[in-house]
Amino acid sequence: MSTTDPVREPLTGTLIFERGALESRCVEAPVLDVPPVSLGEVLGGQARTAPPVLPHVTEVEIARHYEHLASANFGVDSGFYPLGSCTMKYNPKVDEWACRLPGFAGIHPYQAEETVQGALELMWGLQEALAEVSGLTAVTLQPAAGAHGELTGLLAIRAYHTANGDPRRRVLVPDSAHGTNPATVAMCGYEVAQVPSDGRGGVDLEALTRLLDTDVAAIMLTNPNTLGLFDENILAITEAVHAVGALAYCDGANLNAILGKSRPGDAGFDVMHINLHKTFGTPHGGGGPGAGPVAVTEALAAYLPGPVVVRDDVGAFTLRTPERSIGRVRSFLGNFGILVRAYTYIRALGGSGLTAVAEQAVLSANYVKELMRDSAWDIAYDRTCMHEFVLSGGRLRKETGVRTLDVAKRLLDHGVHPPTVYFPLIVDEALMIEPTETEGKATLDGFAAVLRAIAEEALADPGLLQSAPYTTPVRRLDEAGAVKSPDLAWRPRGDVDA
Amino acid sequence: MRFIPVTCEEQVEMLARVGVTSADDLFSHVPEAARLSRPLALPAPVGEVDLAAHVSALAGRNVDAGRVVSFLGGGCYDHYVPAIVDAVVSKPAFFTAYTPYQPEVSQGTLQAIYEYQSMICQLTGMDVSNASMYDGATAFAEAALMASRVTKRHRVVVSGAVHPEWRETLATYVEAGVLEVTTVPSVAGVSDADAVASAVGDDVAAVMVTSPTFYGTLEDLAGLGVCAHDAGALLVVGTNPILLGVMEPPSVYGADIVVAEGQPLGSPMSFGGPGLGVFACRQQHIRQMPGRVAGRTTDVDGRTGFVLTFSTREQHIRREKATSNICSNHALNALAAGVYLAAVGREGLAGIGEACVAKARYLADALVATGRFAHAFDAPFAHEFTLRYHGDVADMQRSLLGRGFLAGLDLGRFSASDAGLVLFAVTEKRTRPQLDAFVEEVSAL
Repeated sequence: MSTTDPVREPLTGTLIFERGALESRCVEAPVLDVPPVSLGEVLGGQARTAPPVLPHVTEVEIARHYEHLASANFGVDSGFYPLGSCTMKYNPKVDEWACRLPGFAGIHPYQAEETVQGALELMWGLQEALAEVSGLTAVTLQPAAGAHGELTGLLAIRAYHTANGDPRRRVLVPDSAHGTNPATVAMCGYEVAQVPSDGRGGVDLEALTRLLDTDVAAIMLTNPNTLGLFDENILAITEAVHAVGALAYCDGANLNAILGKSRPGDAGFDVMHINLHKTFGTPHGGGGPGAGPVAVTEALAAYLPGPVVVRDDVGAFTLRTPERSIGRVRSFLGNFGILVRAYTYIRALGGSGLTAVAEQAVLSANYVKELMRDSAWDIAYDRTCMHEFVLSGGRLRKETGVRTLDVAKRLLDHGVHPPTVYFPLIVDEALMIEPTETEGKATLDGFAAVLRAIAEEALADPGLLQSAPYTTPVRRLDEAGAVKSPDLAWRPRGDVDA
Repeated sequence: MRFIPVTCEEQVEMLARVGVTSADDLFSHVPEAARLSRPLALPAPVGEVDLAAHVSALAGRNVDAGRVVSFLGGGCYDHYVPAIVDAVVSKPAFFTAYTPYQPEVSQGTLQAIYEYQSMICQLTGMDVSNASMYDGATAFAEAALMASRVTKRHRVVVSGAVHPEWRETLATYVEAGVLEVTTVPSVAGVSDADAVASAVGDDVAAVMVTSPTFYGTLEDLAGLGVCAHDAGALLVVGTNPILLGVMEPPSVYGADIVVAEGQPLGSPMSFGGPGLGVFACRQQHIRQMPGRVAGRTTDVDGRTGFVLTFSTREQHIRREKATSNICSNHALNALAAGVYLAAVGREGLAGIGEACVAKARYLADALVATGRFAHAFDAPFAHEFTLRYHGDVADMQRSLLGRGFLAGLDLGRFSASDAGLVLFAVTEKRTRPQLDAFVEEVSAL
């Protein structure tokens, strides 16, 4: 709640531009030890005439400013973060230490290969591990994110069909898919055809069969899907897709559930992207950077973006561009700092540890699902789930007028980050819960108890929830106003700030 | 287990509640052929002490910038990163958070993004910046797609002086035929103005250049801007943000979209990634801009707060009609850039830019004076420059590596026509003794 204490100011709202004084300094340029130059002359008349207005602050003001901002944030280290399909698991500190080693953080992508053998060996080791986990043959580490991996994978599929003299027009996407899937399909110049889900939450096989023809380039499937369900018909699906000459793309967003238990390659997938920031413990960074490596079958290996790391006969590591490569999807080699973290994570856990991750993640999701049985929420598609499950708040809304959004906001008052809400789109008032393996039983029990308490609040006083949250650094924000009167950047006020 | 706090006893309780005897039972509905019936063929778990030793050994097999004097650039630079930067980005509340979809508990990330956007607008002179993209190359490709949406035209003209990896990335992005790319070869290390003029027509969405160019040279942006705008096309300019304390911002020359690789602003080289894709444009084009953007607003109590806004452009709302499939940003690198710019301020940024330019000039003059190198181009340059080596570049670089120097970038590896050319980058970290020692070694070759 607001305070009248004159020394304590709100954590956020005051901009870094509004701190310090014109004379304040933090890091100054080094003393010039070569002859000065006339910038106007050497820059060919392009020297800056009106300098940019940047903050004038001392280091202590910066330190405190960002400490305030950080304390207005919620991360995995802050508390329970059951954000469905995002796998907000704990990010090990040793991974953070590793990526900051000078031998990793201080190397340049254009150094001669013999001067970066350790880095290339790490990348090669990660490629091998991802191939083993996915059940596929070849891996590119270039993509910077899951959506970037989708683009890469789909362009490889496109190049494959084109090389076979069989360009196709359409890509199938289930109605439960993440929005990046259809957006990627459009970027790759394909049409989207939507596949409905069946009553059990899987792909509707009959509908799929009707949609499949020789104009279909691929199906993009998240498995386990965004309902947290492993599609029991997966073999029939990939077989039907292959029967018309199309390829099966696996959105690997939910790989955490099946590590060491099931491999997409064995289920008939030809291509998949892997979100290192979900499955392999690298941090989400407040929105990125992540990494979205792509794994493919032997038949597609030649189309991967270059370069990839190969090990030669004498054990030296080199960079090669695959023969029929689609080309680069970014500059340099990939989000290497993220790759270091993922490699370190995989080595820490080993094969047995990764399998234990999947088992616990799935057990924890099923456990919370059981705790939520016979509550104000209905379990959408009530069967054994994988790493996450979806509750529907449709009944609660009908009975009390309280929406899933209100429940989410009330959870904030209880120190819990809300689950994913209103997704997947096919569930009414959806609340998608992914506990992950890194939460203890007490946390899970506490979460279920909080949800039940919130349901009682909804019955007793819906308004309480509809105005929540109350204890957060700010309360509900005027999002419509943000669009109506856009304020997307601070501007200096004439001479005052300049 | 290492990162699993559930005890064995609790696990038994949880299994009982779920009604199964082992976690494996929960996978029994996975079809047999899709199940892995053997352990993963991966190394055994490693405890932290041994893990640290293993990872350190791998890192130790790389020659990092702390062990040599580096003149490598070409889009990734060895600038000084103030200590405060890592102190901030290491805060778990920043790096372990997800995308700020719940603004009430994400004000730290959102305000930091808003401040970053404000600083990028100040540096580039543009109206609007997004929250950042993957890197300079992908921001460049996205700029082409955006220009096409704005102008409803389907061809872009790209200068051959643009970084080859940026051009390759653009080519990949438009491979599906969504856009045609006309590349105009450079002349004397800069865009060929006449060739650009004759390549531009009323079907062209954008003229796309960078300044500095891949060769380090500065373009005549004013002329290229007129050429683009006369044809109704947009001017897309790639820049280097660390130089914008001393160089005129692209907005001065009429840029409609400005992109950059933002790694120089507080991110480590890290073998080239993660970088920071800077993306800024004009207010009037905001609805065609890719990527997320933060805005300032108020909460129900009237307090200032921040949200992600204009999201009806984005994939989670618009699906196949979105402006891009991107659903993340490089928030942590953007945070680093914000802290960096706050730490150095206007004077520091100008001083760093001036130091880079002066040291580059000093080194270029001295290397040419050795007689081993000659200037490849006449155009002005900032902190990177291209020289022609009189001899075998690979031999020279190998020999100087043995003396502790990464002697620039061999441009022959990108294009046969650039064989013999070497690109040198000089940052504020290079000292005069280092420059003098390098010149001495070159003289002794």
